[in-house]
Amino acid sequence: MALDLGVFCKSTLDGEVVDHCFSALFGLGQNADPSYLDWLMKAWGWTLAVAGLGLAIALVLGAVMGTLRTLPDTGRSSRLLVRLSTAWVELFRNIPILVQVFLWYHVIPSFVLPLKALPSYWLVSIALGFFTSARIAEQVRAGIQSLPSGQRAAATALGLTTAQSYRYIILPMALRIVIPPLTSESMNLIKNSSVAFAVSVPELTLFAMQAQEETSHGVEIYLAVTALYALSAFSVNRVMALIEKRSRVPGFITASNDAALAH
Amino acid sequence: MLSLDLSFYNWELFTNYILKGLLFSIQLTVLATIGGIVFGTFLALMRLSGRPSLVYPATFYVNTMRSIPLVMVILWFFLLIPMLIGRPIGADLSATITFIAFEAAFFSEIVRAGIQSVPKGQTYAGEALGMTYGQNMYLVVLPQAFRNMIPVFMTQTIILFQDTSLVYAIGAYDLLKGFEIAGKNYGRPIETYILAAATYFVICFTLSKVVRRIQAKVAIVR
Repeated sequence: MALDLGVFCKSTLDGEVVDHCFSALFGLGQNADPSYLDWLMKAWGWTLAVAGLGLAIALVLGAVMGTLRTLPDTGRSSRLLVRLSTAWVELFRNIPILVQVFLWYHVIPSFVLPLKALPSYWLVSIALGFFTSARIAEQVRAGIQSLPSGQRAAATALGLTTAQSYRYIILPMALRIVIPPLTSESMNLIKNSSVAFAVSVPELTLFAMQAQEETSHGVEIYLAVTALYALSAFSVNRVMALIEKRSRVPGFITASNDAALAH
Repeated sequence: MLSLDLSFYNWELFTNYILKGLLFSIQLTVLATIGGIVFGTFLALMRLSGRPSLVYPATFYVNTMRSIPLVMVILWFFLLIPMLIGRPIGADLSATITFIAFEAAFFSEIVRAGIQSVPKGQTYAGEALGMTYGQNMYLVVLPQAFRNMIPVFMTQTIILFQDTSLVYAIGAYDLLKGFEIAGKNYGRPIETYILAAATYFVICFTLSKVVRRIQAKVAIVR
């Protein structure tokens, strides 16, 4: 079975070959029909937008919730925060991502009316962000708990408040430790963004389904989409590796051995 | 603020719409777990065999499966299987094959880690007793490895149960689909989505608590 990549240069309107493959995207062909390649690139842009926004939400919320789960027991308010963050993690970890997307898209806007003004891809990003934040929180918590307890004790001995010891002692080390697991969670988020098809965000998976039906060149379409997902996830992997390298504290964490912190 | 109408939450809703989907989701989870563990074990043994002709295909398969979104894997199989066998295939069967193939890649990583967690001395002891590679694996290494892996297997199975909702992409009738159709027929989509989320939460939360208890037990015995 030979692959026919010519399908990407066909018009999405009438199926005829267009003059310039990138016609609409770069404005090469004046008033030309958009090709499947144009559509594919736009869909990729949607995937990156949904995943990027979701990742920002997930990283911020995940770091906050993971930190709160490790708060020392200093009174009622700290106990309340620990319980709250634990409930957060359990709630968003135990509901499938597709169901959460439906909740954010169909259910929550009827209760929280301002959400109705948001474009639908925002709602998917929020769903993805909250879902992933529960997983990131678990990694952050594990990272904080992997620190030797002497670190926290030393901070207390220096007279730092809880907030200060997190800000200056615990988090700078813990957030570096969790970069590798956060990398795989970020790649998962890109893969999970494919559920946005279910609420008609015009991203890669929806493109794959619709273009497959229109052109009956499913294999070529799916190959391109799969390659773009892999490329996106791989790029995130490289960026995170770069961050890990740049943020490394000399003498502490090495790429080969995350447990070297125990020194 | 809108008011919820929960009057249709009753036994009829369950037997007419939900039960069929729930059974399919459970069936898919069980088949994919069993199939995934069996094929995953073979993949892990291939990767640990040290023979390039076995290591490279297995590694390629596992890495490919792990780098593609599950929804795309579901779509791929739904597209390719009919092309290969020359006739259309139902969404249910296609989903089952997809999940077994997909989970095999994930279980193989668990099995690989489990086998590597068994001390080398065990293998040497087996060899010293004159066991073949197969006997050594079957009688000495795998029983210990699987015991260590039980909690991880169960965690993966919970994730798998959540992932079965993605068969939505090819229209199979699973638990989520059952709720969705019920919502359409009763004209109360909001309430049924809430009920769907609650159902998944109760199932997955309970199972994860059970896993934690088993984890504690296994850890003590070891």
